[in-house]
Amino acid sequence: MQQPGRAAEIKANGIGKSFGSFRALDNLSLDIGRGEFLTLLGPSGSGKTTFLMILAGFVQPSEGKLFSDGVDITNRPAEQRAAGMVFQGYALFPHMSVEQNIAFPLRVRKKSASEIKQRVGEMIERVGLKGHEKKLPAQLSGGQQQRVALARALVFEPGVLLLDEPFSALDKSLRGQMQAEMKRLHQETGTTFVFVTHDQSEALALSSRVAIFNHGKLLQVGRPDEVYDRPANRFVAEFLGEINMLPVKGVRPADNGATGLCEDRAVNMRCKAEAIKGDAILAIRPEDMSIAPEASVDENGIAATAVASTYLGAATKLDLTTRQGAKVTVSVPNEVAAAALSKGNSVWLTWPAEKGFLLPDGGQ
Amino acid sequence: MRGTLSDRMGAALLMAPLLLFLILAYAWPFLGVVKWSFTLPTPGLGQYHALLTDDLVQSVFIRTLRIAAIVTGVSVTAAYAITVVWVRGSPAQRVLAEFCILVPFWISVLTRAFGWVALLSNRGLINTWLQSIGFISEPLTLVRNEFGVIVGMSHFLIPFAVFPLASAMRSLDERVLLAARGLGSSRMRTFWTVFVPMTRSGIIGSALITFVFSLGFFVTPAILGGGRSVMIAELIYLRIFQSPDWGLGAAISVVLVVFVGALMALLFRYVKPKQLV
Repeated sequence: MQQPGRAAEIKANGIGKSFGSFRALDNLSLDIGRGEFLTLLGPSGSGKTTFLMILAGFVQPSEGKLFSDGVDITNRPAEQRAAGMVFQGYALFPHMSVEQNIAFPLRVRKKSASEIKQRVGEMIERVGLKGHEKKLPAQLSGGQQQRVALARALVFEPGVLLLDEPFSALDKSLRGQMQAEMKRLHQETGTTFVFVTHDQSEALALSSRVAIFNHGKLLQVGRPDEVYDRPANRFVAEFLGEINMLPVKGVRPADNGATGLCEDRAVNMRCKAEAIKGDAILAIRPEDMSIAPEASVDENGIAATAVASTYLGAATKLDLTTRQGAKVTVSVPNEVAAAALSKGNSVWLTWPAEKGFLLPDGGQ
Repeated sequence: MRGTLSDRMGAALLMAPLLLFLILAYAWPFLGVVKWSFTLPTPGLGQYHALLTDDLVQSVFIRTLRIAAIVTGVSVTAAYAITVVWVRGSPAQRVLAEFCILVPFWISVLTRAFGWVALLSNRGLINTWLQSIGFISEPLTLVRNEFGVIVGMSHFLIPFAVFPLASAMRSLDERVLLAARGLGSSRMRTFWTVFVPMTRSGIIGSALITFVFSLGFFVTPAILGGGRSVMIAELIYLRIFQSPDWGLGAAISVVLVVFVGALMALLFRYVKPKQLV
């Protein structure tokens, strides 16, 4: 996090943090690549923010080491790490104008007045705050304050930008706009971004990789499509979006994957059974399932009864109960839902073999 | 202030005795003082004219303002340091600071003034110690002058200066300080460029309250000034009880009250009353 203008590569090695008897972070090892956009995702209290604060240097880890570009920075104070940081609530200096806020990190670095003027001007242009230079933070909207915070954190070209739930205070439409803007800033600056959020859709939309936390543990790291389609465990599967869980009995390896019994019908799965033998859970996203008029031998399927529907505009969310009592949600075209509900509610639920993945039974 | 109508009426009822007391024991008699200022010894604005031309009154006014300004500077600076320790120090430091802030409230202003005489007089602790170590040969004049008055008054006012500062420091967003450090600012720089400016309202409130209190000081300047460093309150006392020149004394009182009232109005533009306690 030292050389300005160069994206940093960060390595966390066995990082742990305890606050009294509370274990906030446990044995975390993670490599953050040069210029990547990594999201730390998890519910509140999962340790993601603690990890961000450790990266920033505001919190000292109880154990483990932190390296930046191969240099041990575990004991380096925050002001010498000089990571750009955007706080929840922005933490702008209330007594300084937009311009002065953005100039602050450059002033601290004793840059010449002409350089400060030039770089602050460029940054103000880049985040679209032209005309607001002399205003105080209190005179700006939430979105504008957010831009000042981003500009202030990026103006000194830090090797890494740390963002702590920066969009939590913005309304939905503004949030989408700011997300797009942040993606653009990431591409333009090429800096390493580490972003904390509890919003899974935000994480999937923005990141090059997502790291999922729960109870102080890092559960899985991967590209958004990897963690969404191949979650390592049930928590990750459920946290990333709505998902159906169907019990499967007698799972065993088969050609191209695995086979087993779901509600007394043979089902095929393309995913590997490897560690899973016997009973397991088949997890399938609602958008990967569909409704068929009748059973087909070629496709996986079970009988179910439609119990409720929610009209979502583009599609309808249909809640069903299988014969053995499992609750299932599918997202289907509106007319399919209407048909399913009209014909005595009894339908055939199908899904392709390549969709869905196996989780250990009752597995966390 | 929020609350239902009955809540507010209840509050008004609870405050009524105080208001009544202030009207009967303060506002009403003060109207009498105002009357004297225009009627004694002869009706007219004569006393106010005298007030503007009398060299003694002028010099006392200027001295009072000067002492009040110096005392304010000393008190707010010292109080700022104490408050930083009180609000942001370790638990042990906080307890110690709180003790130092509260103890002075338990000792009467008279006792404290005589305490300073014992410390500062020619044969007081400070002079005898400085002489015994050979640092000075003749005792320093530390009391019965403006210096003594400033020391005694600052000592009295520092605890009062603490509260508006503490309130401002407590309401400060911790993340802003973290942000400053994260952006590369040293602790010292963060203190001067972020922390101090962000507690501006507390500094203004603290300075105004100290200044207003200083203007009306009587006991401390009377004892520690030893008659050589007379301030307004003592001058009023002398005019009423010793000269006796009730009209001039009353006119000085009215000017003082109007001046203090204006400062209080200014004070409440910057601080809410509850920040002062």
